[in-house]
Amino acid sequence: MERIYLDYNATTPVRAEVRDAVMPFLNELFGNPSSRHLEGRQVKTKIEAARAQVAAAIGAEPERVVFNAGATEGNVSVLRGYQVNYKDKKGRNHIIVSGVEHPAVYDTAKKMAGEGYEVTFVPVDGEGNLDMAFLKSAVTERTGLISVMTVNNETGVIYPVKEIAKIAHEKGALFHTDAVQAVGKMPFDVKDIDADFVTISAHKFYAPKGVGAIYIKKGKRLDPLLTGGHQESNRRAGTENVAGMIAMGRALELAMGEMASDRERIGKIRDEFERRILAEVPHTRRNGGENNRLYTTSNISFRFVEGEAVQLKLDHFGIAVSTGSACSSGTLDPSHVIMAICNGDEEEAHSSIRFSFGKYSKMEEVGYVVDRVKEVVAQLRSFSPLYDKFLSSQGK
Amino acid sequence: MDYTEKVMDHFMNPRNVGKIENADAIAEVGNPSCGDVIKMYLRIQGETIEDIKFQTFGCGAAIAVSSQTTEMVKGKSLKEALDLTRDQVAEELGGLPPIKMHCSNLAADALHQAVKTYMKEHGLS
Repeated sequence: MERIYLDYNATTPVRAEVRDAVMPFLNELFGNPSSRHLEGRQVKTKIEAARAQVAAAIGAEPERVVFNAGATEGNVSVLRGYQVNYKDKKGRNHIIVSGVEHPAVYDTAKKMAGEGYEVTFVPVDGEGNLDMAFLKSAVTERTGLISVMTVNNETGVIYPVKEIAKIAHEKGALFHTDAVQAVGKMPFDVKDIDADFVTISAHKFYAPKGVGAIYIKKGKRLDPLLTGGHQESNRRAGTENVAGMIAMGRALELAMGEMASDRERIGKIRDEFERRILAEVPHTRRNGGENNRLYTTSNISFRFVEGEAVQLKLDHFGIAVSTGSACSSGTLDPSHVIMAICNGDEEEAHSSIRFSFGKYSKMEEVGYVVDRVKEVVAQLRSFSPLYDKFLSSQGK
Repeated sequence: MDYTEKVMDHFMNPRNVGKIENADAIAEVGNPSCGDVIKMYLRIQGETIEDIKFQTFGCGAAIAVSSQTTEMVKGKSLKEALDLTRDQVAEELGGLPPIKMHCSNLAADALHQAVKTYMKEHGLS
């Protein structure tokens, strides 16, 4: 049976056009871009073209784009490197991040809190929206960096990054956004947002894993995590991941051309899926407000059943989804993102499933997926002690 | 580490699920915030577990462990049930991922609690 992949927020398959663009760089175009001979120069020209493609997709000048190994590196290098912009480093050791950041930001910030940084986590409400009043009041003259993601990976909730950048700048702080789930899927312009740093990752838009980029605004710097080479204009040492860069540039170029039609088509599939799930499966809850959400993502809690069990059963039926439940992740805590939205109701967090749609999703698949979800949830509820208790409390 | 074939079999086709009406012993362990709740129902005749059923809210491992535990003690004596350890259940399943050994391996605890309560109530030791 053909698999139905509904985990596009985790990663995407590499597009054929992207693979084709990369092939010469795995064959005859093998030169080191730092070399002055023809082999090197040929490749150097191509990676600069790829840089221009990435820059065009986010409204940046090409020289402001630094390629790296992906979003984790990007996020960590901003948090660990922003202080180089301040003369009085100790004076700006307060950072503000949202409570729903990706672990690359969230866990790094937590770690920094144990290393003498002052860290403020901004809470979200039951729909996943940031408490903007809290954020505003948290900014002080000592705040060096505010980091808020553009789109949340688990819920698809979109954050007002332009407004937050303004709040940061008013107090002389820098603004970073992890735009991994946004770039290539929705209009995104670093100038319009006025971001100082932006993190992007190629494998979220049909290019391979292991390559990403960071945008650094003109006049701003980051203390590099990796030193010992002049690559990327001394901003990120190490021989270039040439194939990755080429792939990333080509994939973004394609994404820009298809964004409007993808948005329309994929959005319809997501909406139809979600409408049916919420209508046809009792005791469900959407995590994240209905509006103000990226069109790719539907995060649902199925009360009285545990997420990993749902995920495993759906996998058996050929459907790939992910869960915010602890039990699938190698840690013992449920997703801090879903926990934040569920107001600390861990049972609902353990019951959450993320369905994320993408380029190869089909409207015709919705019926099958909804039917399997209904079946799986009903079966797991049939022997759930929590469901039994609920029924008893209802006098059934 | 992935789940073994046997874990998947018990998870996909759990044995002895449900409740026993007027059960002789019932015990529940875990709590929803940990992601696992296991409830065991026993019918006991003399000192033998005549029937056992379970209800579980939890991950694949928690469900498989519950199912496997019921199979291992059905028809056995109360003493044998008390001697059954979590590790024996995990071993019978061909092993569990290390992180699941603690959090999802609660069925034996529920069983022991049910049996102990029953023995106390009936003056058995």
